[in-house]
Amino acid sequence: MNEPEETHKEPAVLLSRVAEAVYWTGRYLERAETTARIIKVHTELYLDLPKSAGIGWTPLLAVTGSEEAYGLAHDGADEDRVVSFLVSSDENPGSLLASLAAARENLRVTRAVFPRETWETLNALYVDAADTCAHAISRRTRLRWTDEVVAGCQRISGALAGTMSHDAAYSFLRLGSHLERADMTTRVLDVRAGMPDDGPAQQEQPYADLLWMSVLRSLGAQQMYRRSVQNRVWGADVLRFLLRDRTFPRSFLHCLDAMEHCLGFLPNAELARAACIAAAQHVEGSRTASLSWGGLHDYVDELQLDLVRINDSLRDTYFHREPGERLRALASA
Amino acid sequence: MDWSRYPDAGFYDEIVSAGAPRPELAGFGRFLSEVSIDDLLDRQEAAELAVRAMGITFTVYGEQANIDRAWPFDVLPRVIAHEEWQRTQAGLAQRLVALNHFIDDVYGEQKIMSDGVVPADLITGSPNFRPECVGVSPPFGVWAHICGSDLVRDSDGTLYVLEDNLRVPSGVSYMLENRLVTKRVFPELFRDLDIHPVDDYPTRLLEVLCSLSPRQGERPTIGVLTPGVLNSAYFEHAFLAQQMGVELVEGSDLFVEDDVVYVRTIDGPSRIDVLYRRIDDLFLDPDEFRPDSVLGVPGLMRAWRAGNVGIANAPGAGVADDKAVYSYVPAMIRYYLGEEPRIPNVPTLLCRDDTVRRHVLDRLEEHVVKPANESGGYGVFVGSQASALERDECRRRVEADPTNYIAQPILQLSTSPTLCGGTLEPRHVDLRPFILTGEEQYVTQGGLTRVALQAGSLVVNSSQGGGSKDTWILDPAVE
Repeated sequence: MNEPEETHKEPAVLLSRVAEAVYWTGRYLERAETTARIIKVHTELYLDLPKSAGIGWTPLLAVTGSEEAYGLAHDGADEDRVVSFLVSSDENPGSLLASLAAARENLRVTRAVFPRETWETLNALYVDAADTCAHAISRRTRLRWTDEVVAGCQRISGALAGTMSHDAAYSFLRLGSHLERADMTTRVLDVRAGMPDDGPAQQEQPYADLLWMSVLRSLGAQQMYRRSVQNRVWGADVLRFLLRDRTFPRSFLHCLDAMEHCLGFLPNAELARAACIAAAQHVEGSRTASLSWGGLHDYVDELQLDLVRINDSLRDTYFHREPGERLRALASA
Repeated sequence: MDWSRYPDAGFYDEIVSAGAPRPELAGFGRFLSEVSIDDLLDRQEAAELAVRAMGITFTVYGEQANIDRAWPFDVLPRVIAHEEWQRTQAGLAQRLVALNHFIDDVYGEQKIMSDGVVPADLITGSPNFRPECVGVSPPFGVWAHICGSDLVRDSDGTLYVLEDNLRVPSGVSYMLENRLVTKRVFPELFRDLDIHPVDDYPTRLLEVLCSLSPRQGERPTIGVLTPGVLNSAYFEHAFLAQQMGVELVEGSDLFVEDDVVYVRTIDGPSRIDVLYRRIDDLFLDPDEFRPDSVLGVPGLMRAWRAGNVGIANAPGAGVADDKAVYSYVPAMIRYYLGEEPRIPNVPTLLCRDDTVRRHVLDRLEEHVVKPANESGGYGVFVGSQASALERDECRRRVEADPTNYIAQPILQLSTSPTLCGGTLEPRHVDLRPFILTGEEQYVTQGGLTRVALQAGSLVVNSSQGGGSKDTWILDPAVE
C-alpha cells in the first residue's frame, strides 16, 4: 500500500462552504453568549432601580434587535414574555436557543474540521439549555441559568483555542465571533443612546452612572474598566473604553485588531483587511467625549455599516466564488 | 441474574443456552451470572445519556419537524467467539474477492456469462448494470472497495450471508460509536476480558482511498461525497470524514474542468484525487445519469473514466448488489477462485422462473419475498406474519414483475438478550461486518449488530424501529 508522503507544503484545503459555516458557528455562539449576558445584566439592573426609573423590559428587545418580531407576536412587554421570547420562543428566530441550535447545525455540517469534543460540548450545551429553559423565566433561577449558558459557550471557545489547529478554519471562527462581538458592543451602546442622555452637566439624570455601569456589565467590562479608568463611571470614559481600548477583548477596536490578525492566516485578504482598517480608522478618529450626550445613535449606525462592509468583503472573497472566475485567477497566479 | 427465567422462545440465542450464559463466553458469562437487573438498567440509562451527549443520531425520512433521533442502543453486547470469527472473516474476504472478479468481468470480457454460469440477461437487464462503465479498468481490478454484508444465524447455529451491500453501505460509524459507549458503561469488562478493538477501521479505509489516487507519490486530496445534511446517513458521512481527516464535500462544492475534479476552497479551486462517494450511482453525474440530480457533479464520470479521480465504490459496483445476482455468489466463488464457499448463502429462489414462482406463490406463508433491488428493508414480505390481504398484494406484485422478486425460506433468526421494559427478553439480531478491499483486504472485528426491538419482529433496520448493540469478538483463551 502506498503511504501518503509527509509533505507540509500544501496546507489542508478549506472548502468555501465549510469556511462560511465555520464563520457562522462563531457568530451564533457569540450571539448566544451575549444574549445570556444581556438578560442577566438587565435583570440585575431592573432589581436595582426603583420602579419610578421606568426602565421596563423593552430595552432588551432593542439591544437584541428583536422589537419587530416581538411586536408581531405580543403587545405589552412584561418581564415573563420578553425573557421567554429572548430565550426560547418559537416566534423569535433570534432567540438564544435558536442561536445555539443554529451554531449546532453549522457545526454539524463542518464537523470534519472541528475536534470531536467540540461537537459533544456544543451538543450537550444545546440539549441542557433546551431542557432547562423554563429556569430562565423565574427570577429565582434565571441568573444561574444565564451563567451556565455563558460558561458553556466559554467552555467551547476555550476547548477550541486549546485543541484546534489555529489554521484558516480557526481564523474564520474567530472572524465570526469578533464581528458578532463588535456588533453587540455597538448595539448595547445604541440602546444606551436611546435612554435619557447625560447632558453636559451630568447631574440631571440621577441614575446615569447606574445605567452606564450596566452598559459595562452587559459586556462583562466593569472590572476591566475600573482597572483602566479608576474614576467614577461616566459616559465619555465608558464610550472611549468600549470603542477604543485596544486591550479589552470586547471593545470595538480590539475586535477589529483581532479580525485583522485572523486575516493574516488567510489568502487573498486584501479586500477584508481594507474594510477592517477603514473601520478602525473611523473609531480612532472619533470624538467620544461629546458623543456621550448626543449624536451617539447616528455614530453607532455608521460603525454598524462598517461591520456590514467587513462581512460583505468576507462573503465576496471567500464564500461565493464562481468556478470559471476562480480558474482564471488560478491560471494568472 | 437468574438466567433460568430468561424466556426460551425456541430460537438459537447468542448469549444464553439451557438457562445459563453459554460456556464459551467464559469471563463475560460469569459477569452475566453475577450482575443484577438493576445494575444493567443503570448502565442502560448511562448509555442512553452518553448517546445523547455524544450526539449520536440517525435521521428518519418523512419526519420534517424533528429530523434527528437519538441512536437506539441496547447496552448488552452481542458476543462472538474469536475462533468462529476468524473463519467468518476468511469467508467474507473470499466472497469479496469473487464479487470483485465478477464486477470486473461484467464490465470487461463477460466470461462468466458466455460460459453460462450466470445468465446474461439477468445482468444486462438489471437496473444496477451501468453500460457507462463497460471497458473501465479501475486500480487492482477492484470495484467494491467497501462492502457491508449482512449475516444471520439460523436455529441450527449456522451463520449465513443474507446480502452483500456494495453500493453505499452504512452503519460502520455506529459500530465505532457503540464501542465508545460500551467502554464508558462497562469499563471493568474491557480491563478484564480480551475484547478485540474495532477502532482501526477509519485508518484502514483511508489507506484504501489513498491507494486509489491517480497522483501516487503526492499527498492526495480526498473527499467524502455526501448528499448533504438531510440524508439519513449524514451523521456517518461527517463522522468518517472527521475520523480520517479528509474533506466532507457536497456536489455543489465540486466541479470538473478538462476531466479533472476540483473543489471550491477559500483559496480557489483545489484538485480532488479520490472521492468516497455516499450517493447512489444515478445521482453521481447529471451529464450521464439522472439529469435532474443536484447532488452530483457534471463531468464526474468522464473524469473517472479518464483515470483522473478515484471513486469508491466504483460506479457500477452495485450490479453485484442485487438479490438475484446474490444467489450466484457461491457459483462465482467456484468459477473464479476454484474454492468452495466458506460461508453459505441463504437458499434463494428466483421468481423469474415460472416453475419456481408457482412453487413460491403456492407456499407464500413459508417464504420471505424481497424485491431484488431494494435496500433498507423496504418492500420485504414475511409470509408467516402476513395477512391474507397482504399475501394477495404480494402475489400481485410478484406476478406483475417476476424478475424483480426473489424468495427465501423464513429463517429462524437468532436472538440476543435485550432490555425491554425493565427485563431481559430475547430479540432477533443480525450482524453487518464491513469488508475493505484495495490492494489488500481488511474485515472488521465483528461489525454492527442490529436488533429488532419489537417482540417477534425480524426487521432490524433503524429506519423501521430497529436498535443496535455493540459486538464483541472475545478470545476466551486469553484471560
